[in-house]
Amino acid sequence: MSETVKFTIDGKECIGKKGQYIVDAAAENGVYIPVLCHMKDVIPAGSCRVCTVKANGRNMAACTSPVEEGMSIENNTAELLDIRKAIVEMLFVEGNHFCPACEKSGNCDLQALGYKYQMMVPRFPYVFERRNIDATTPKIFLERNRCIFCKRCVRMIKDAEGRSIFAFKGRGETLEINIDHKLAANMTDEMAQLAMDICPVGAILRKEVGFNEAIGTRKYDKKVIGSDIENNHQ
Amino acid sequence: MKEKISRIVENFGNDAARLMDILSEVQSEYGCVSCEAVSAIAENLHISEVDVIQTRSFYHFFTEEQVGKYAVYLNNSVVSCMNGMSDVADEFQKQLGVKFGQKTADGLVSLHYTACIGMSDQEPAAIINDVVFTSLTRNKVAKLVADMRAGKAVNDMVTEFGDGNNANPIVRSMVKNNIMKTGPVVLDAYEVGLGLSKALGMDSKAVIKEVLDSGLRGRGGAGFPTGMKWEFCSREAGDHYVMCNADEGEPGTFKDRVLLTERASMVFEGMAIGAYAIGAKEGVLYLRREYKYMKALLENVLTEMRSENLLGNNILGKGFNFDIRVQFGAGAYVCGEESALIESAEGKRGEPRNRPPFPAQKGYKGKPTIVNNVETFCAAARILDRGAAWHKAIGTPESSGTKVLSISGDCNAPGVYELPWGMSISEMLTMVGASDVQAVQVAGPSGICLPPAQFDRKIALEDLPTGGSMIVIGNKRDLLKDVVLNFMEFFADESCGSCVTCRSFNMILKNSIEKVVEGHGITKDIDDMSAWSEILRKTTRCGLGQTSSNPITTTIKNFRPLYDARVKNVEYQSDFDMSKAVVESCAVVGRSAEIHE
Ligand SMILES: Cc1cc2nc3c(=O)[nH]c(=O)nc-3n(C[C@H](O)[C@H](O)[C@H](O)COP(=O)(O)O)c2cc1C
Ligand code: SF4
Repeated sequence: MSETVKFTIDGKECIGKKGQYIVDAAAENGVYIPVLCHMKDVIPAGSCRVCTVKANGRNMAACTSPVEEGMSIENNTAELLDIRKAIVEMLFVEGNHFCPACEKSGNCDLQALGYKYQMMVPRFPYVFERRNIDATTPKIFLERNRCIFCKRCVRMIKDAEGRSIFAFKGRGETLEINIDHKLAANMTDEMAQLAMDICPVGAILRKEVGFNEAIGTRKYDKKVIGSDIENNHQ
Repeated sequence: MKEKISRIVENFGNDAARLMDILSEVQSEYGCVSCEAVSAIAENLHISEVDVIQTRSFYHFFTEEQVGKYAVYLNNSVVSCMNGMSDVADEFQKQLGVKFGQKTADGLVSLHYTACIGMSDQEPAAIINDVVFTSLTRNKVAKLVADMRAGKAVNDMVTEFGDGNNANPIVRSMVKNNIMKTGPVVLDAYEVGLGLSKALGMDSKAVIKEVLDSGLRGRGGAGFPTGMKWEFCSREAGDHYVMCNADEGEPGTFKDRVLLTERASMVFEGMAIGAYAIGAKEGVLYLRREYKYMKALLENVLTEMRSENLLGNNILGKGFNFDIRVQFGAGAYVCGEESALIESAEGKRGEPRNRPPFPAQKGYKGKPTIVNNVETFCAAARILDRGAAWHKAIGTPESSGTKVLSISGDCNAPGVYELPWGMSISEMLTMVGASDVQAVQVAGPSGICLPPAQFDRKIALEDLPTGGSMIVIGNKRDLLKDVVLNFMEFFADESCGSCVTCRSFNMILKNSIEKVVEGHGITKDIDDMSAWSEILRKTTRCGLGQTSSNPITTTIKNFRPLYDARVKNVEYQSDFDMSKAVVESCAVVGRSAEIHE
């Protein structure tokens, strides 16, 4: 894995490791590509598509495509920025997001991208999907209205024997995130906290604790999402 | 129940990778996979319940609620609707006193709609407990309902049989082959074993070269050079697998149904040749659940081939071992996408994988795998027998050989036609007896809606590529309502949902076209649909999302006046339909819900 490859992002010369995903390689070169589902070192899902870039002329997800020698990547073009903004807007119409009442406000990646792309009003008609909340497990609320189907919890939260606590149910229009009642009953506080932390939105919330951090002082209240990556390398 | 399920799970080696088969047996046994059954399966496999539910809930033919003793799955795809599906549905509902999506109070019959079941040449058609009933009419429905009430076995409700192997005593199906035209590659007379014995006399590299030189390209729709796929796969180390894609889910396609009925040994022979070429010992035929009525036939053919030493150990005395098992799907169009097919065969939800790695590098069970269409394997078997040059001489320079087309819709002679690549659409229409044609839907919903001005175009990978679906749409049809809306409903339902863009944009686009069809659209909706389709196309993982907006984009491009005639040229019109919103409350107080502007 130590073999290096050279590539460019919007003309900037970059160096990465062979086999490294474009998003991760870009971050190491100080280039921010937005993500909602990706987490470094976790098997990528390629589900949110906001990391869509154009590599050698083809649209692809930067979180699932490895960098290649000589690859020419477009990232901050007008076309791609509009696509990303559209996806963020779409997520706001297909789910039911009421930021002011959400515990994740200020720590929410989706909200932060909405701000970054200066979303005012979504261009799409609201879907107003009816989604159920599951509050039957002892440690967490599953607030499906806010779920963006990133699969982070599906991929990362397992019990001691490696069994899934979260999984999808249904497909297409009826797709929803599901929680295993039996296994969730044995979740520790640490696991519940981890699940809440990795959720990019406010779909997984811990019970009995909350609003420890005042709104206005949270992660994205103070700086724009992705700015740490961009500033690290100036 | 617990004990019985333990036994079922045990029969599949307590292997979570066989979850599809386990669910299928449980569903057949109990008419559902209930919460209790999920618990038992999860416990026996030592996986979580949500993982069992994840697979169960992905497939149309697995249900949480118990279906009727007779579960009627009526096809509501475009061609079925053209041929009078709504009358048939109405008759079922009238006779039984329940609506689709419901079950009779005594639990006898449940009614379900389902996507294309591969019978577009004999619609309307329905599947009742795995038995297919074709060319339904009101009278036939009345008879079926009477039989169900009388408790007749479903097999005994079939009174006439189709031609060829459909009439075979182990099949006894009313499905007709409707082979209208045979061609030299697939449907010509065929003797099992000729291609395979020639292949086994050659070096495996020479077999791949033969397929490469023949110019054979995938018949599943994408047209990828078959020899090249085999060559990539053969270079990988370790165990290899061969999979045959018999998921045939593209609405309007049914040629694989006919090939599996009449040329099963040719398909298996092609798979064996592929296996020899890449170095595989095991093969899987992934068959759509809708074709379960062929199970006994296919298994019989496999047994025969084993006894003739064309499968099994030391095939034809050449020291080559290879065998095939049949894996059933359970109703999910996206499982036809090759990596979703692999996921499904491994017992999971049929979610396409991210690429790279490609199946040829990491496929079934993580091993290098070739996935090819039914027809591709048939062609490979013939090519090994007749030679690359013979095949290359048929068709066009870029598309050699023939294509088996499934032609249906508004024409006199729907059925299966094997034609050399290169025929024009107008020639095709003359051949099938179609006049007064408004459009031809080439390659199914994911293909293009072609207007008469382009009927001189050629059916060939370099011009109009197709996996075989050709739907003729007559002038009497309401193209936007009968075709485009139906297709968008199909995609919104069949998206696996893992790309949020595919899940949501298909839903949003479906709502938009519905708005236009219902007369609430404005000019801006047309431009919006075009722009949003473009975003969808660029931001999805697999071919489904990349093509699912085609019904809208190709009709906007080719049939724009139909849209203009339906929308108002105003700045804004609310999506909100007051009349519709108050239907229920008006009914309560006994007032008409019509609100006049
Ligand atoms: C949504 C979707 C559905 C597909 N359905 C089928 C199918 O039913 N049968 C098929 O052979 N190929 C289907 N394909 C194409 C397969 O992914 C793959 O290209 C094919 O099996 C390769 O075989 P071939 O090269 O022999 O055509 C589908 C692709 C997509 C994206
Ligand atoms: S494009 Fe659609 S069907 Fe294909 S992987 Fe994405 S969500 Fe699933």
